[in-house]
Amino acid sequence: MERKTVMMTGWAFTMLIILGLVGPPITRAQLEVLDENQAPGRTMAQQATKERQIWITADHSRHEVLQQEFSSGPEVTKACLSCHELAAGQFHKTIHWTWLDPNVPPGERIGKAGHSINNFCININGNEPRCTSCHAGYGWRDSSFNFNDEAAVDCLVCHEQTGTYKKFPTAAGHPVQKPTVFKGNKKTYNPPDWNRVAQSVGRPTRNNCGTCHFYGGGGDGVKHGDMDSSLTKPNKMLDVHMGMDGQNFDCVRCHTTTLHNIAGRTYATPAATHRKSLIEDDLASKIMCESCHSSTPHKPGVKANDHTDKVACQSCHIPQYARVNPTKMFWDWSTAGQKKDGKPFAQKGPHGKPIYDTKKGDFRWEKDVQPAYFWFNGSISAITARDIIDPSQVVDINWPVGSRNDPNARIFPFKVHEGRQPYDKINKNLLIPKLFGKKGTGAYWAEYDWKKALEKGMQAAGLTFSGEYDFVDTRYVFPITHMVAPKENVVTCIECHSPEGRLASLAGFYMPGRDSFKTINIIGWVLVLGTLVGVTFHGLGRAITRGRKED
Amino acid sequence: MTGKKMVNTYLYTRYERFWHWLQTALITILLVTGFEVDGLYTLLGYKAASEVHNFVGLSWLIAFAFFVFWLLTTGEWKQYVPTTKKMFTVIHYYMFGIFRGDPHPVPKRKEAKHNPLQRIAYLSVAAFLLPIQMISGFLYWSYNSWAAWGLDWLSLPVVAAIHILGAFGVLSFLVGHVYMTTTGHTLFAHIRAMITGWEEIQEGVELEDWEKRQRKGRPAGESKAPST
Repeated sequence: MERKTVMMTGWAFTMLIILGLVGPPITRAQLEVLDENQAPGRTMAQQATKERQIWITADHSRHEVLQQEFSSGPEVTKACLSCHELAAGQFHKTIHWTWLDPNVPPGERIGKAGHSINNFCININGNEPRCTSCHAGYGWRDSSFNFNDEAAVDCLVCHEQTGTYKKFPTAAGHPVQKPTVFKGNKKTYNPPDWNRVAQSVGRPTRNNCGTCHFYGGGGDGVKHGDMDSSLTKPNKMLDVHMGMDGQNFDCVRCHTTTLHNIAGRTYATPAATHRKSLIEDDLASKIMCESCHSSTPHKPGVKANDHTDKVACQSCHIPQYARVNPTKMFWDWSTAGQKKDGKPFAQKGPHGKPIYDTKKGDFRWEKDVQPAYFWFNGSISAITARDIIDPSQVVDINWPVGSRNDPNARIFPFKVHEGRQPYDKINKNLLIPKLFGKKGTGAYWAEYDWKKALEKGMQAAGLTFSGEYDFVDTRYVFPITHMVAPKENVVTCIECHSPEGRLASLAGFYMPGRDSFKTINIIGWVLVLGTLVGVTFHGLGRAITRGRKED
Repeated sequence: MTGKKMVNTYLYTRYERFWHWLQTALITILLVTGFEVDGLYTLLGYKAASEVHNFVGLSWLIAFAFFVFWLLTTGEWKQYVPTTKKMFTVIHYYMFGIFRGDPHPVPKRKEAKHNPLQRIAYLSVAAFLLPIQMISGFLYWSYNSWAAWGLDWLSLPVVAAIHILGAFGVLSFLVGHVYMTTTGHTLFAHIRAMITGWEEIQEGVELEDWEKRQRKGRPAGESKAPST
């Protein structure tokens, strides 16, 4: 009996050892099937997205309510709401509708519809019919717009799939009733085939979002640098996720949506306050790279995994932005108003883009731009037209929040758009001009009178203007997060780890290869060269004295 | 040279020679890649340089553990015990005697491979400079784990500065060390010894005297029979 027990124990022990020896290779072999030679973070993301089984259970072309005769957008919206009763109510609460930061009290007027400023067309107050061609609504002509009107929601601009639905650039969000030419781009805008577009509705595609977000600032690629019309039909070289020869992601693949609220940063509120992967929280939004790729996406032992606590994925994986279309880098309003033969004119420069426009002043466009890098915790602070500025310096209209010591902050790539724009010399604040409007309204683009335009603009915004203005240099930042390049084109180590590298101006921390210790280098070289000189003389001495002895 | 008889003696065992040249290779690679990472020049490229540096550094750390084991188990550590005896005689020799063609006051013996100057130099390097490089280097390498190890009070620039200063120290030692190999009775006598293990050393009364004095100087029980 005792012997049997001993034997059993012996066997068990042997088995354990064999299992221990054989076990790990089996596990590894299983992993290798999925992960032949690629980074685990990539495998994870591919698994998370491999089968995109999104289906629909309704054929909108068969819905009678969409077969009726429509003559305007709000009529279509009413038809949509006859089934989707809650949609407008949901949408009314989102920033896409209010154009105000939803995370601060509306009284603070943070947002496009409030007193927030940029260095493009500056602010929408007084300019509504032009700017609100990008509002997902109908009829926002001026401050009297009824934000509670459900029928004023424009469902089609985000949901129609024919690609034929166009809001007229100056019609406060409405399409045209009859074919009309827009003088700004000399294109003809046609009235929509309402039934066709209404029956085509589906989930938003890159085309839908791009209608506005690729053209922000009044033209293709003006604003963001990492978002322009090249992302409508991108290849993998331009964006590994959206590339049509690859994953073909739509925007909403990452900008996941709850109750019409689309994931993403809104002013000072980060897109996400945590960096959880779907393994940790499968219902989290997929807005962060870490959501699908985890925070250690590279192969084990690869140094890049050690960087993810301080360096954003985007910093290495988006080597340049505006890689297909150029983006505007500088806009000088102070030179606007010059005329040729008494007439406004525009002049084209490199990249086929305007470098001067009487209405707007001087521009500079660039392509393949290397980002600027700042510490960024996902929050962007900004001043408004109410804030006091120091005109003796370049005014940062907005700036990334974060520092080296902030655990949520990473080194993040940015486009910095430089501008020169009007400010109030007495009150020391940035000014809102009325740009758009007919002659007699004071609009700058009709009368070319800054003082009048600024008076009207500030008045529309409910703010005061002393009457004295000048121009001040400003900066405006955009986080660069789209146009993720294939891994072959990643930013290499030396591009940052060198004194003149990409991070040359990011002070406040030691970085190998970039920073050196002057005193220590001097001490070190004195030591080394001193030894060298010492032994050289000693050796010479030996050579000479030996020669003498042999004489 | 004087007409003293030279005797071929087996000074360095196979492991010693192996360790010496392995360490030579490791330190050379570490210096070359380390100064590249520090931004002095471009040779392998930053990425390759840092990867090679990390790999070689960790390898050296492991190999050094074997060396320490060898030192302890063979008793060879005694060769590194510092002494002031004849220190000034040796210094005087290198300052004056060497130019006059005088014989070395402390010739090598199997039991005393290092003269007093070498003892203090090698002890400083092996027990002070190299460990500083290893510790600072290991900390540098493990930077991302500092918080987990409760070491987040450390400062990367300080660790890096120490590591770089140490590297200059090692480089400076290397210059002096390489030069000193030429001071044997022929230019390459010492190097030959470190390759083959055999070195021609002087035979004579002085040697015997030194031997005795040295033995007296050692603590009791540590002397061992001279190998023949």
